[in-house]
Amino acid sequence: MAEYITHEHDVLIIGAGGAGLRAAVEASAAGVKVAVITKSLLGKAHTVMAEGGIAAAMGNVDDRDSWRVHFSDTMRGGQYLNNWRMAELHAKEAPARVRELEAWGALFDRTNDGRILQRNFGGHRYPRLAHVGDRTGLEMIRTLQDHGIHLGLDVFMEHTVTRLLKEGNRIAGAFGYDRERGRFHLFRAKAVVLATGGIGRAFKITSNSWEYTGDGHALAYDAGATLMDMEFVQFHPTGMIWPPSVRGILVTEGVRGEGGVLRNRNGERFMFKDIPPLYVNQTASSEEEGWRYTQGDKNAKRPPELLTRDHVARCIRREVREERGSPHGGVFLDIAWIKEKLPNAPEHIKKKLPSMYHQFKQLADIDITQEPMEVGPTTHYMMGGVRVDADSQMSDVPGLFAAGECAAGLHGANRLGGNSLSDLLVFGKRAGEYAAAFAKEHSLGAVNTFELESAEKSALRPFEGNGPENPYAVQHTLQDVMQDLVGIVRQEGEMRQALERIRELKAASQRVTVGGNREYNNGWHTALDLHNLLTVAEIVTQAALERKESRGAHFRDDFPAKDEKFGTFNFVVRKGPDGSMQFAREPIAPMPQELKQVIEEMK
Amino acid sequence: MATATFRIWRGEKGQGKFQEYKTEVATGMVVLDVVHQIQAEQAPDLAVRWNCKAGKCGSCSAEINGMPKLMCMTRMSTLPGDQPVTIQPMKAFPHVKDLVTDVSWNYEVKKRIPKFQPRRPDAEDGTWRIAPKDVERVQEFRKCIECYLCQDVCHVLREHNMHDQFIGPRFLVYAAALEMHPLDVGDRVGELRKEFGIGLCNITKCCTKVCPEGITITDNAIIPLKERVVDRFFDPLTKLFRIFSNSKT
Repeated sequence: MAEYITHEHDVLIIGAGGAGLRAAVEASAAGVKVAVITKSLLGKAHTVMAEGGIAAAMGNVDDRDSWRVHFSDTMRGGQYLNNWRMAELHAKEAPARVRELEAWGALFDRTNDGRILQRNFGGHRYPRLAHVGDRTGLEMIRTLQDHGIHLGLDVFMEHTVTRLLKEGNRIAGAFGYDRERGRFHLFRAKAVVLATGGIGRAFKITSNSWEYTGDGHALAYDAGATLMDMEFVQFHPTGMIWPPSVRGILVTEGVRGEGGVLRNRNGERFMFKDIPPLYVNQTASSEEEGWRYTQGDKNAKRPPELLTRDHVARCIRREVREERGSPHGGVFLDIAWIKEKLPNAPEHIKKKLPSMYHQFKQLADIDITQEPMEVGPTTHYMMGGVRVDADSQMSDVPGLFAAGECAAGLHGANRLGGNSLSDLLVFGKRAGEYAAAFAKEHSLGAVNTFELESAEKSALRPFEGNGPENPYAVQHTLQDVMQDLVGIVRQEGEMRQALERIRELKAASQRVTVGGNREYNNGWHTALDLHNLLTVAEIVTQAALERKESRGAHFRDDFPAKDEKFGTFNFVVRKGPDGSMQFAREPIAPMPQELKQVIEEMK
Repeated sequence: MATATFRIWRGEKGQGKFQEYKTEVATGMVVLDVVHQIQAEQAPDLAVRWNCKAGKCGSCSAEINGMPKLMCMTRMSTLPGDQPVTIQPMKAFPHVKDLVTDVSWNYEVKKRIPKFQPRRPDAEDGTWRIAPKDVERVQEFRKCIECYLCQDVCHVLREHNMHDQFIGPRFLVYAAALEMHPLDVGDRVGELRKEFGIGLCNITKCCTKVCPEGITITDNAIIPLKERVVDRFFDPLTKLFRIFSNSKT
């Protein structure tokens, strides 16, 4: 066998965001030897950018809240394609996961009686998001990081995994490289947890950081695991749009939760024009009622700005297409207007939304306490991912687990804001717990030399080529293709075109050449990310073609209505023995009577 | 669109030189956009560390025209347009390549600081009650994104290389966040005085000036900690009291 730096652990966790760190904490508590691999430095993962909060039915602000309401909100938001068991576990366990963070040092904003404060968010019936101003993700990741460093974890910072290794059917470890020196590493492990996040970097306009290249999705798919719901990509309605270089940076839904409103160029609250039937009973009938809701009036219903993200994003797109948009092709998000209602509005805004204030002031010369922001949709979140067992988070590959954004099931066709951070905690913990249990029952799998050599060879290929392709150019072209042809509104012709282009880009990626050496070579790293990006781009497009209806985040211009036939199954995809993408329809398991009843009661 | 000149440090492990690049600068661009553009068009193997490009992760720290800054939050329009813009790696840490430095020392320091220790829960359900005003003071410190620009500018580390005797402003802020945490009952005052070297800080406030999160590092974190050290170790009455009560100051 060639020489690789070899590490042996019970549980190997790939990714150090919320899910990865929570899994690491749990696995480590179970007494097994744990390694965490992260593409970046510890504490920099994309979780750090989460702003709004952690959804958990603690009922601190409105005691009518309970897991039953949270469960039914999540199912309704996901258009009932969710894995109901995951939605149930999530709603039941999220409060304990939040309290646990407090016990590890997180310091949430408080209610007047000293409990954890909860805020309103889209699709949640009651104020439910535990938060720290608009930097909740930072608080969460720092808490997990600072707790985790005292648990004896082996953390491999700035390491990237390029392939999962198996012995027969079961997982045996992973192969990767370190960014600093470009050396190859073999990570042998009894169980592996994927916690790699999303795929936003396949699109041009995205709120996601560079790491979001679909690594976990592609690694699992290549290793023979099943992916599910890959057509459902969430476009967050409010990203920055001006100046061009900041396009896509997230503007938290918390702005709307605090009373911010959306207007078109005519000053119209256009969200009142189109309220989906599933939500008519829960939506305010006047602007005045909407305002009262944001200020905690329990008898008021929520303003239409707080409808689910898929819907708000499409309404914004409609306004822009019908030429009622803002000067730079978005709409106006106005929080400054609350000065009509509150005496100390500017101070209030700066306190509730400090990083939004800072972000607009610094990057766009806009004072959000005085003038409206310009916003438009930005690629934000991947509902689809590795299909896992609801309780254990294990995939079809024995010993391979997935948690957080790279796993599928909880969110169905559309995720509610705030349900991501809670997802990371609830299922990160479960993945860590079950991965540790799996590791205790199994020995290390054998590593196949041939597989290692082939992984090494593919990793080095970009240095050996003399082709003309530049890795950055291939990535940028893919981002344009996905943005233009598989974006927020889709249709068959464009997606067929996208598939053609993706296939061309796959060929081009084989001709990519990089110069320089293996030490901290961003060009090389970009070249190696292309395989994952192209794999997920193709799967997303193919899945979107298969779903000939509109539902949740997936909207087809050629099939604009929801079709009940498509509400009974999820699309799954596996890699066939010949390497082809094999799609199948997997029926949704019947929901137990008691959960059905919960949904019925909450209608 | 205007053409601008950039002088970027290229090289490995401390060896290197400025290399000049010319590129187009469009409205609203930040320094990190320029670096990416140069990387994509002229220098594919240029090493730069970044992540969120939104001022939230603290990865892209560098020295721009000699000033420690986040590349993603430094708009080109804030720099003089008629002169070349210089971009170099942080100086207080070992150089890796181009704009990337080895910041692992910071992670080792953090491990040495005694962790959060909460008091017993206030309520039977295992939760605590904290008044809103009591979280605010510490929330300022918890805004830190660990960009290490304060460590970079601190002369104790930057000029005197006293990394083995002084934990630097970032970790004094971290210690302050723990010491002033409304639930924490730990005690780090002894370590602050000795192993963490708080006495080496002579409050020149350079750290406060470069903090991209606007944390008032010196006044709100370091000085109150220094006061705790003084009260504990240099005030004869408190010292006596401590001997008898063994309480935390």
